[in-house]
Amino acid sequence: MIVSSKTTKTRGFEFPNASGQKVLCSKNVSQAIGFTVLVLCIVFALMFLGSLIYFIVANGLSVISWEFLTQVPRRAMTQGGVAPAIVGTFYLTLGAIAFSLPLGLACAIYLTEYSPKSIAVNIIRLSINNLAGVPSIVYGLFGFAVFVKVFGFGVSILSGSLTLGIMALPGIISASQEAILAVPQSYKEASLALGATHWQTIKKIVLPTALPGILTGVILNVGRVAGETAPILFTAATFYTRGYPDSIFSEVMALPYHIYALMTEGTRPEVQTQIAYGCSLILLCLVLTISALAIILRQRQRREYGS
Amino acid sequence: MDLEVKIRSRNIDFYYGKTQALKKINLDIYSNMVTALIGPSGCGKSTFIRLLNRMNDLIASARVEGNLMIDGVEINDPKTDVVDLRRRVGMVFQKPNPFPKSIYENLAYGLVINGIKDKKFIEMRVRESLEKSALYDEVKDRLHDNALMLSGGQQQRLCIARCLAVEPEIILFDEPCASLDPISTRKIEELILELKKEYTIVIVTHNMQQAARVSDYTAFMYIGELIEFDLTEKIFTVPKEKLTEEYLSGKFG
Amino acid sequence: MTRFRENLYKWIFTVLAFASLVFLVGIILTLLKEALPLFAEIKFFDFLLGSQWYPTYEPPDFGILPLILASVLVTFGAMVVAVPIGVGSALYIHELASQTQRAFLKPIIEILAGIPSIVFGFFGMLIVAPFLQKLLGIPTGLNAFTASLVLGIMATPTICSISEDALSFVPRSFREASLALGANRWQTLVRVVVPAAGSGISTAIILGIGRAVGETMTVLMVAGGAAVIPKSIFDPVRPMTSTIAAEMGEAVMGSPHYSALFAIALILFLITLVINIIAEIISRRYRLKLGLGR
Repeated sequence: MIVSSKTTKTRGFEFPNASGQKVLCSKNVSQAIGFTVLVLCIVFALMFLGSLIYFIVANGLSVISWEFLTQVPRRAMTQGGVAPAIVGTFYLTLGAIAFSLPLGLACAIYLTEYSPKSIAVNIIRLSINNLAGVPSIVYGLFGFAVFVKVFGFGVSILSGSLTLGIMALPGIISASQEAILAVPQSYKEASLALGATHWQTIKKIVLPTALPGILTGVILNVGRVAGETAPILFTAATFYTRGYPDSIFSEVMALPYHIYALMTEGTRPEVQTQIAYGCSLILLCLVLTISALAIILRQRQRREYGS
Repeated sequence: MDLEVKIRSRNIDFYYGKTQALKKINLDIYSNMVTALIGPSGCGKSTFIRLLNRMNDLIASARVEGNLMIDGVEINDPKTDVVDLRRRVGMVFQKPNPFPKSIYENLAYGLVINGIKDKKFIEMRVRESLEKSALYDEVKDRLHDNALMLSGGQQQRLCIARCLAVEPEIILFDEPCASLDPISTRKIEELILELKKEYTIVIVTHNMQQAARVSDYTAFMYIGELIEFDLTEKIFTVPKEKLTEEYLSGKFG
Repeated sequence: MTRFRENLYKWIFTVLAFASLVFLVGIILTLLKEALPLFAEIKFFDFLLGSQWYPTYEPPDFGILPLILASVLVTFGAMVVAVPIGVGSALYIHELASQTQRAFLKPIIEILAGIPSIVFGFFGMLIVAPFLQKLLGIPTGLNAFTASLVLGIMATPTICSISEDALSFVPRSFREASLALGANRWQTLVRVVVPAAGSGISTAIILGIGRAVGETMTVLMVAGGAAVIPKSIFDPVRPMTSTIAAEMGEAVMGSPHYSALFAIALILFLITLVINIIAEIISRRYRLKLGLGR
């Protein structure tokens, strides 16, 4: 057999780190610095966001009471509660979802199940993507010009819900699309092979399987819609109502707008700031609970699919 | 016979969490030889070579016991510099994995991260490594094209060249031809035979003919254990163990 | 009969699917229709480049340059905050976080991305502005700097989670190859993983810019509201979005002021449209580059 001595490098070149420690050292130093910077980044982000939550909870907690949650405002907004604003936000959100869910779902079904590879589909995709990027205040103006004025719905729950609904549409579509695409192709094939029609397959197999995914997507969007202010500024919201809205054509109080109004239009800042803290806390709890719920649900589903 | 032991493995146990993947592996790998690890999938052959450049460190639950020495130095010693170890022990993976950069940048990468700034030297080394990996003529006019534009076989030879550029002493091949066509496979095998003049080579393969064609020594592994280790021609002609014989004759695996 | 029903459903879905397009076109047409009367009064370039915004004076001035500059300044400032912190946090989660940390941080970041902008505005106005005013000894805490900071932090979770997604799409094999060549983790991260995820991260940043340009409530409450060309980052400013939000309530319908606000919205819309298209192009190229689906 071959006898070999230890290989020697004949090129007269050695890596600096094989002999000296210099390169190794500077490599490790830059790594240490880099990693420290990354730690600082996340610590700063979490600290800032944490302090936001801390201040709102600390100041808002003392304001929250049963009365605050269930009473109508009294004495020019300085006493009583904010129940109409909570109810208003609930109606607006409900209305928005009632409008955008069927529409968004239909669009998602078309794009995933029926879409022929055509220019039409590309145009629809493009408009969904662009709709998602339109600033919320532009939606507000659109809603004002179209629903409030042209359609004559006035400043109302209806106008506000439609405006918010259009805004939520891209999110609902992409969430539903993702859920539908996650349904294994084999399920569909099995159904079609048994002689089911395309629509039967969608109705009996695809949608029921995708339902949990669609729901989480919808919940996530509910959280976003509930916290929006700009789209309802001119379409639905008002600073003060005597009681609860009585029809879809009445204007409403809403939590996010209420915070804004309290901070900018008030006559008794010291009292109103406290109420605004209370409203912020309610809104924060509402939105964070909803999105936490959606995210936990989604993680559980992903684990089940084992993707 | 006077062979120099390059890698010495003594009583190596390896665990993924609670599952034991390697049991008491004792194996000597000789300098300037090609050593092939064969065995059915799941036998621990890939796990073993990934110990040699400590790639298993990337798995959180991994744990290793026993002695593993390269040139007589324990590599699992906490004092061992993993980064330098990996420079000395190159690896070519199952699937070609060039970076999404140009061919030139792929080859220069290992030099640059090891602190070499001399442009001329880098250029020379890039050319040398390409020549050694028999790729130079095919790509010399498009060194600055994206490496992902190459064919699968060319990508794998690029990965070998990338590995050669940093002048390793040992090269680990983890099923390097698993995703290649027969012609590309042939080229890689020729290359391995060429490379053993300068490097110590360990190759994992599930293809027995490949082991027979390229290796000097063969180790047969089965469910985490080393069953037999000997000269390749002996293993393939007169195996000592029944299990080895059954595997080689296609009774299982 | 079945075939008829199948076709009917198909047509219903097809028609409904075009809703997004209808709304997008509807938005464009509405903005155009309401904005155009303004340009009977003043020239387009006087509107775009005029430096005086006094919509309620007699005669009124409709120059939106100060508003555009304010939007640019605040957006730029927000990105100076959000890009390093957002991408840095994503890198932390990707490279350094333990399994438990990651399981905990990823959802937290995503949940934080859902905090309503009004809450950020409120927090900025009541806590951050007074704090910075005292800390820096400036006349008012409600200025472009504070707005940038608050807006930046607001955009951080979004940039972080999209960047993290992009990082996690980088094939493991790139990382392994780099480590096997003797690179340390930092070199691997900076020279291989980040460049490979580069377009994905750029998409995250561009989407972040889009959000920041269009963000209304935070800047309305925190930026200070002065419609003057800013001389320093500590000047109060009035970006385009807050101008619309603040003045729409008082503008008489059909008046030039009303049209001018729609014209601002139109320009805002066009800006975000361009940003979206750029993001789209980059993300498409990205998939090609990584060799994922062609």
